[in-house]
Amino acid sequence: MLMKKLLPYFTLCFALLLSSFIARPAADGYKVGDKATDFKLKNIDGKMVSLADNKAAKGYIVVFTCNTCPFAKAYESRIIDLNTKYAPKGYPVVAINPNDPAVAPGDSYADMQKKKYAFPYLVDESQQVAKTYGATRTPHLYVLTRQGNDFVVSYIGAIDDNSEDASLVKTKYVENALTEILAGKPATTNSTKAIGCTIKWKRA
Amino acid sequence: MKILRLTAFSVGIFLSAPALAQHVAVVKFPELQKRLARPTDTTYVVNFWATWCAPCVKELPGFEQLRAANSSKKVKVLLVSMDYASQLDKKVKPFVKQRGLKSEVLLLNEPDPNTWMDKLDAKWSGALPFTLIVNNKSQQRVTFEQELSPAELTAALQKFPK
Repeated sequence: MLMKKLLPYFTLCFALLLSSFIARPAADGYKVGDKATDFKLKNIDGKMVSLADNKAAKGYIVVFTCNTCPFAKAYESRIIDLNTKYAPKGYPVVAINPNDPAVAPGDSYADMQKKKYAFPYLVDESQQVAKTYGATRTPHLYVLTRQGNDFVVSYIGAIDDNSEDASLVKTKYVENALTEILAGKPATTNSTKAIGCTIKWKRA
Repeated sequence: MKILRLTAFSVGIFLSAPALAQHVAVVKFPELQKRLARPTDTTYVVNFWATWCAPCVKELPGFEQLRAANSSKKVKVLLVSMDYASQLDKKVKPFVKQRGLKSEVLLLNEPDPNTWMDKLDAKWSGALPFTLIVNNKSQQRVTFEQELSPAELTAALQKFPK
């Protein structure tokens, strides 16, 4: 009898406990030096994209970004510029949108398709790639460097030191890192921080 | 007599006006750091937010409720806006006024998080909202890089002295 009465509470507690695991992203993801696992995500042109596809790539600039975050918008043209500058040097941009469109309606696949980038803009529907990388916000950027068939994380963090105004930027963090990486050296500053929007995780 | 009373009333309104209009102080990080480092027994609930951050705006009422519920206790709620300083008059002040925020609001004017964020909390990756609850006397400190429900917030504060 008592058990029967308490059952709904147990169920609730269990559901709460479970949801706390599902709703929260992994606290730790990749650190610099870690091997990045490849993924297979759908591009806005409908084709699937993996890191392994581009045999000529020396590495990638993987950026978790989206349509809706004001910081992602502020950095959009700077992300395009990164691709223009570094794709010819062997480091093209791969943009990944991890947001759940149910939480951020402007981040639906149809809305993503309005973007015309020269680089892939992939949808991370299960949010598994963002979780594996340890991405927490948009934009959140990772530089990967090819080592044989593997890709190793060489830089994590910010694009530069001024999100509001590109003309006031004093330190271009990712470009400084890429200059060293392209010269075959590890980046002196390989981890930086930036303010951004939390990734809109699926609600359990 | 009537005139005198009216005058006193007007003066009263005049004097209380600055207190009614919520002030938003623009600070640099060392100032905030100094304030949070004071050896006080007050528990500081510091929420980093921005007017453009939807989950932040959603959870703000929870912080207001927490402030009201603990107004007689040694609990101080600080709402630190990460909006650009250029948006102070355009966005932040109108927002604070429109929402009638009673907690103290600061605007942290630091364009590059790499100059200060690690000093505040090494674990914070920069996503908003971010909440820090700290009591220097009892040497307790918790941080949350996520949106908090009023219940989660109350539960977190429960572990601190009052």
